[in-house]
Parts: sequence; structure tokens; C-alpha cells
Amino acid sequence: MHFESGVGHIGGNLSCLDALLILHHEYIGASERFILSKGHSAGALYVALWSRGLVSDAQLAQFHRDDTLLAGHPPAAGLPGIRFATGSLGHGLSLAAGTALALKLKRETGMVYCLTSDGEWQEGATWEALIFAAHHRLHNLTILVDHNNLQGFGRTADVASMSPLGVKLGGFDVALQTVDGHDPEAIRAALEVPGNTCRVIVLETRKGHGVSFMQDRMEWHYLPLNEQDYRRALLEIEAQ
Amino acid sequence: MRKQLCDALVLRAPRPEMVFLTGDLGFMALEPLQDAMQERFINAGVAEQNMVSVAAAMAREGLEAWVYSIAPFCYARPFEQIRNDVAFHNLPVKLIGNGGGYAYGVMGPTHHAIEDYGVLLTLPNMRAFIPVFDEDLDATIDRAGTVPNPAYVRLGRGEIPPGYAVPAYAPWRQLVHGGGRTVIAAGPIAGTYLSAFLSLPERLRPNFWVVCELPLEHNPMPAALLEQIRSAGSLCVIEEHVRRGGLGSEIALFMASQGIAPAAFHHFHARAHHFPTYGSQTFLRGQSGLDVETVLAVIGKE
Repeated sequence: MHFESGVGHIGGNLSCLDALLILHHEYIGASERFILSKGHSAGALYVALWSRGLVSDAQLAQFHRDDTLLAGHPPAAGLPGIRFATGSLGHGLSLAAGTALALKLKRETGMVYCLTSDGEWQEGATWEALIFAAHHRLHNLTILVDHNNLQGFGRTADVASMSPLGVKLGGFDVALQTVDGHDPEAIRAALEVPGNTCRVIVLETRKGHGVSFMQDRMEWHYLPLNEQDYRRALLEIEAQ
Repeated sequence: MRKQLCDALVLRAPRPEMVFLTGDLGFMALEPLQDAMQERFINAGVAEQNMVSVAAAMAREGLEAWVYSIAPFCYARPFEQIRNDVAFHNLPVKLIGNGGGYAYGVMGPTHHAIEDYGVLLTLPNMRAFIPVFDEDLDATIDRAGTVPNPAYVRLGRGEIPPGYAVPAYAPWRQLVHGGGRTVIAAGPIAGTYLSAFLSLPERLRPNFWVVCELPLEHNPMPAALLEQIRSAGSLCVIEEHVRRGGLGSEIALFMASQGIAPAAFHHFHARAHHFPTYGSQTFLRGQSGLDVETVLAVIGKE
């Protein structure tokens, strides 16, 4: 769909696709909430929702086109499974924390899942949200960090390093885990660990995962696919 | 107005869906509300961006979320959160900004809120409520809490002359009747002109209105007011807000859409952050030409 629409952001979609599919197929039911804080991975989210039958083939074909609901970042309304328009980084975690606290006040069960990028932690508001979530011991909040080490214009370590990010996050009163973000069993195991405060799962991932010429390459944050790249990527993925 | 605000919110507090978030403000003022609301009163700390997004999410979950801070920290710091998380989703989050205009005058420019409702009313679905008198707060909170949209409440300090009988709340109220010019004001500053206007001879005494709810598409100018403007051929607008994007612009656009074009249009407004020194609200109003003498020099003229 990125090829057909001529748009980029593929690298950061592929780095979180495994976790998104597991979450949406195995963990998110009627009581759960999911917030995509790294809104530029909307494509991966649309695919996850499509694979659950929540987005139609026709809708998916309209990705990034005129008169579509499937904009380059999640829309404000109209798609089941998407609660907030995101895309400006640093908002999603606060929205997730507010949702989790609201559920607690309403005495409702259900986990709130929030997927952030790693570069996004350069936004000050993410830390405001983490302070809030830890303070209120939001045991019904699970934060996932797509730690692919690359951002829009460089390696995260070179742009504004937070390394080691896990140590910073774990400095708060949260339940921190770090797992291989492309190992389904490791992701499931982390999601199964209960916590009495908010859970943070750092997913060690690769930008452009699954396509050799995209993997861990910064340019695939933005670049669209040409036809030759697209055919090559398809062959590689089908061979896996 | 903080005491009246607190009283009005305490009246509303029995609603189980109501939550109140403060950005670590309200000491010596909101304790009764804290007592009344218990776990639904949340001090979100000095983190206004997070507070607004949290409120948006709570509203998305069906809760009635109120957010409180000193005005600039309520609308300016978290503007993108208001835009993206609240307004884009038309979530009924209620933002309360204390100290509208120059109310925190001598505290310095960071604490002035003189572009608040203008900025916020550029956003989709946003409503603004600007109570004039302390007595307006019950109605203001009731109305702001009832609209199914985001709302901003600009609080100030009610100022009325001794013995003045405050008229019952209405989105538009005519406070003074006369045969002179037509004047429209927003906010508590209106109270500062009452004595002077009432003491003018009838032929100069203005038809003086206050408006408490914006934008005008939800609160159109009354027919009687439009007729007075047509008849007088002039209009003065007074607001403790910068010139661009405020009540003056709103009124001018509304009148243009109605085919009304008074020959004279005088706009008294806050003059931004251009002063070399600081002082009280009264001082800064004077610097802006919003003081009674300056206004009277125009309004009270033959």
C-alpha cells in the first residue's frame, strides 16, 4: 500500500509491525484500548486492523489518497480501533495515561496499550506522561517502545542520545522489560508479565525489518518505494 | 472569582462523571472542591501538556473533565494538546484560565493572558465563556459544563460599583441605556466603566452591552443591539485582549455579514506586551488606554 500510494515511513512501520499484529490479534479485545503514539506508523496499524476485519480492502486501497479515512497518520474519527488522531509526537502516552486513569475511576477493567517510538522520548511531554503514569501507578497501562535506534535525520544516538534509554525509563517506578521486538514469543512473554504499576516494554527492533536493503537504514524513515525496490522487497518477504 | 468558581464547581461535584485536574494551582482556594471530589480531584503537577491530553482521554471515556491553571499556562503552553487532542475530536474538555487579561499584571508578562480567547477560537468546536461579575459564575460553569464541545472559561476579578444591582446572567446583557454611542465590552473590565457611564447625561450616556459567550456564531448579536448600532452609526468595542483575533474582529465580521457598517468603529484593546515596565492590572489597563478616562474621552464626547 505504501508503494501503490507512493509514500514513505515504511522503515518505522516494519519495525513495529510484529508487535502491532500480536497486540491486535491476541491482546486487544472489547475492553482494551490501543493508542499509536508514533502516528507515522499508521500504515502498520491500518494493516493490523485490516487483518482483523476492522478495515476493509476498499478502505485500505484508499490509503493516503484523496477522500480517504486512512490518512498518513491516524484520523480523528471514523475508524474502529483508532481513538485519537496522533502524529505529533509526544501526545499518545498522555492520552493513554488519561484513558487508563479514567478506566480506574470508572472501575472498569481492560488494559491500555500505547506504542511510542524511541526518538519520541526526546519530546518533553513523554516524560510528563511517564511521571504521571508512574505516580498514579497505572497498572492498567502498558507502554511499548519501538527502539529501532533511527529517527528522521540520523541515528538516535547521534541526534540526541538517550542511551541507554531503558535505564532512564526504568528509573521511574515502572515495571521495565526489554525484549527482541521481532521475536513473537518474547513479545508475548513480556505482555504476560503482570505488574502492580505501569509496564514499560522496550522492543529492540530494526527499522525496515524483513527487507534487507531497508534494514537499519535511516533513509527508509521517509523514502517511498520505486517499482524495482517494491518487487525486490516482495520477493524477500515471500522467501521468509 | 476563584471563590465563586470553587462554589460553582462544588455544586456540580456530585456528578459521578466529573473530574477536575489542576496544574498545581488552587492553594487557599480550591480546597473545598478537593474535599468534595476526593479521588476525582487530580493535581496533575506542573505539567500542563500532559494534563490537557489526560483530560482529553478522560472525556473520550465519557468523563466530564475540567482543567484549571493560571490562564497562560492553561491555553498557551499546551496549545497543541488543546488543538490535536481536544478540539480535533470535539471532546467536551473544559479549560478554566484564572487571571484573564492583565489580572496578574505585576507578576510580569509571562502571566498575562491577553490573546487567550482569540487564539483558542481559531480552533474547531471551541467555545469561550467570559463571566463579567462574580455572580455570573454559577451560570457560567453550568453553561460551559453543558455544551457538548470544548470550552474555555476566562476568569478575572469582578469589579462593580458600590450598590450596583448585577443583572441576571445572559450571554448578552445591556447594562446601561442611553441616547449616546453604542458600546460593547467583554469581561470584568466592563464593571470599571459603569459608574462613569451611568453618570453621563442621557444624550451622551451609551447603550452599553456586555457579551459573555463567544464565538458569535453560537451567540449572535441581539436585534436590539444591531438596531442601536444602525441608529447611532458608530460602535465602540472594549476588551482586555489584543487587537487581532479578539472581540473587535469578531464583531466587525459579524456586522459585515449582516450588511451593517457603522461610520465610526473604535476599538479599545490591550496593547500587547510592549511596555517597558510592569504594574498592576489597573496600571496596565491605563497603559493600554483601557482606563475610564481614556474611554470617556471618546464615549463621553458630543
